[in-house]
Amino acid sequence: MRNSGRSKIGLGLLGGCLAFAGAVPGGADELRIGYIAPTTGIFAQVGKDMVDGFQLYLDEVKNDFGGAQVKFIVEDEQGKPDTAVTKARKLILQDKVQMFAGGLLASSGYALAPISTSEAIYVIPVSAADDLTQRQLSKFPYIIRTGWTSSQPSHPFGQWACDQGYKKIAAVGADYAFGYEVIGGFQKAFENCGGQIVQKIWPPLGTKDFGPYLPSLRQDADAIFTLMVGPMSLQFPKQLAAAGNKKPVIGGGTSYDEFVLPSMGDEVIGHVSALQYSAALDTPKNAEFVQKYRAKYGKVPSYYSETNYTTAQMIHEVLKRNNGKWPGGPEFIKQLSALKFDTLRGPVSFDDMRNPVQNIYIKKVERKKMFGYDKEELWNTVIKTYPNVSQFGQFDKAEFLKQPVYGRDFPPCKFCE
Amino acid sequence: MLKSQRAKIIVVATVLAAVAAIVPSTNSFVILLATRALAFSILVMSLDILLGFTGLASLGQAAYLGVGAYLTAILATRYGFGLGFDFWLVVVLGIAVGAALAAVFGLLAIRATGVYFLMITLALGQCVWGLAYRWNSLTGGDNGINLRERPRFGIDLAHDVTFFYLVFAFFAVSLLAMYVLVRSPFGQSLAGIRERELRMRILGYNTWLHKYIAFIIAGGFGGLAGVLWAHTAGIVSPENVVLTTSVDALLMAVLGGAGTLIGGVIGAFIVFGMREYLSTIVPWWQYVLGAVYVLTIFYLPGGLMGIPERIRQRRSSSPDPKKLVLLPGT
Repeated sequence: MRNSGRSKIGLGLLGGCLAFAGAVPGGADELRIGYIAPTTGIFAQVGKDMVDGFQLYLDEVKNDFGGAQVKFIVEDEQGKPDTAVTKARKLILQDKVQMFAGGLLASSGYALAPISTSEAIYVIPVSAADDLTQRQLSKFPYIIRTGWTSSQPSHPFGQWACDQGYKKIAAVGADYAFGYEVIGGFQKAFENCGGQIVQKIWPPLGTKDFGPYLPSLRQDADAIFTLMVGPMSLQFPKQLAAAGNKKPVIGGGTSYDEFVLPSMGDEVIGHVSALQYSAALDTPKNAEFVQKYRAKYGKVPSYYSETNYTTAQMIHEVLKRNNGKWPGGPEFIKQLSALKFDTLRGPVSFDDMRNPVQNIYIKKVERKKMFGYDKEELWNTVIKTYPNVSQFGQFDKAEFLKQPVYGRDFPPCKFCE
Repeated sequence: MLKSQRAKIIVVATVLAAVAAIVPSTNSFVILLATRALAFSILVMSLDILLGFTGLASLGQAAYLGVGAYLTAILATRYGFGLGFDFWLVVVLGIAVGAALAAVFGLLAIRATGVYFLMITLALGQCVWGLAYRWNSLTGGDNGINLRERPRFGIDLAHDVTFFYLVFAFFAVSLLAMYVLVRSPFGQSLAGIRERELRMRILGYNTWLHKYIAFIIAGGFGGLAGVLWAHTAGIVSPENVVLTTSVDALLMAVLGGAGTLIGGVIGAFIVFGMREYLSTIVPWWQYVLGAVYVLTIFYLPGGLMGIPERIRQRRSSSPDPKKLVLLPGT
């Protein structure tokens, strides 16, 4: 009896695997876009914003990209790089996608880039790891980034901080690659115009209690620079205010992105951050987008929503120029990177390293009414625009690429004691 | 007893042969998943030696997978080592590193039992995770390390089917080795320790040494799983060493049935199937997986491998409750 029971289990397992194992054939005018986002796990909410942004655009054009019918296949990366790779390979092997997009964390970006091929290119709307389109670009001929590099907003932001008359700034940032790159970029730009970063504190990713870090903040600093992500963004300003901080607070875009902003309180009013998008961008185009998005999904779009909406728009534009025919991966990348776009976030073109050149907005958190909503809410009001900023900002590209990628100890903290 | 044992071996061998024969002719994504599940199965089986046969529930088994995987990735990307015939040297090194780490951790962990053993292995596992996460210059920190190519020695492992067979071969050899191990007198004395350590000590066995050696052997197989995992996934990141990976391995072993070796393999296939295959079909795969866990704990304390036993119990008029509820380590 025991034997037959066991073999049944084995056969059942095999049968189960086989039953699902059929390849999906593609029609002539079908564009298959694979999309990888964390739809379960701790990043599920961000993943939802990413997918919703893309989906909103597809709904607007009824999945029709210049004659090509778009098949949008979402896969769950579960916030783990090796699951992202497995899912991307599923999209390539089984769904035969022409391109895959998405990936949230820098680690997912680094994991996905090497599996892109001329048959299945990788479009990167979110993952912001600097080196994907900098020092390591030559390894990945089949990627193009439609989002940003982590340090891209930091370069003009450092200059802005100098212009405000800040001399000494203390930095507090999440202890991982994204944090190093945002703060590194800020430090380079700020020290380039005469400022001094006098302290760098690295709480671990996911820290909820900043008690041990706050008292050690340098009293002689003129301002505090923060780089928080996820739940950290909520906790840090609260605890900083509770500790009686009177210094101006500025920070990386994710510290105050619309993804967390509605959950924040008055403690963040007056805080300033830099990013390539703000939901409070006062253009008719953006107003329409915010209203539509809010009506459909019940929340203000974050940059995660915007960058994916815009990515869909860019892909559409290229397909339109090819009358709905897929031009092939390398040709698609070539055409896309030669185009100029008028997007929600403003004009976007590409540099020769396949990264967007775009406006960087310096934004201040304010409580006010916008876009005809009758309640006062927190918005990231744009107070200054740096037009057409490339990933190298004010620096010379060749020299920039000679320095190592921003890290925990680069640039070195010369003015820390 | 002997007869049923032989029948069991025949069934397992037949199923494995069927897997080896059928999988390569399926969809290439299924091949990839089967390869992943097989590589991870080696880790689950190594854990089963501790959990099922020695009665030690370890929460740090991913550490050995991690060192094996990081060793492979670092040698390959920094020194171009292990991409030809020297791959076999990396396999040996991977096993050695896993075993060596277990030898160090074992000194700290083996003295404890039960919950304390669980806590110590958890802490040690997290130490390895911390190193992987923070030692940026060596491990690439959070970004991990990409392996851009698989070894090539006469045969080209970049081809997924070829690689599947390689992993399958390693898996089969590991299964056989572990089976021989647990059936050996040494394995029997481990079972004795699991059932009643005090009695074994009174009988004159050095139980500490037995457990220590089992711990090192499990570490060695964990290291081997790591070497294969690095080439299977193509990326090594702190995610491979984090607590949840250890917990996954533990759950797979319990789901399939601890103390059966093959149960862990079934558990691995089910979990990988749900997490990486079912999730591509339905968004509510987590509920299915959760239900499977809960139902197994409620109705099959011996795991899925306990099903034939249960059926037999039901058919025979006098059920033997002692055999039914046999959760090792309790």
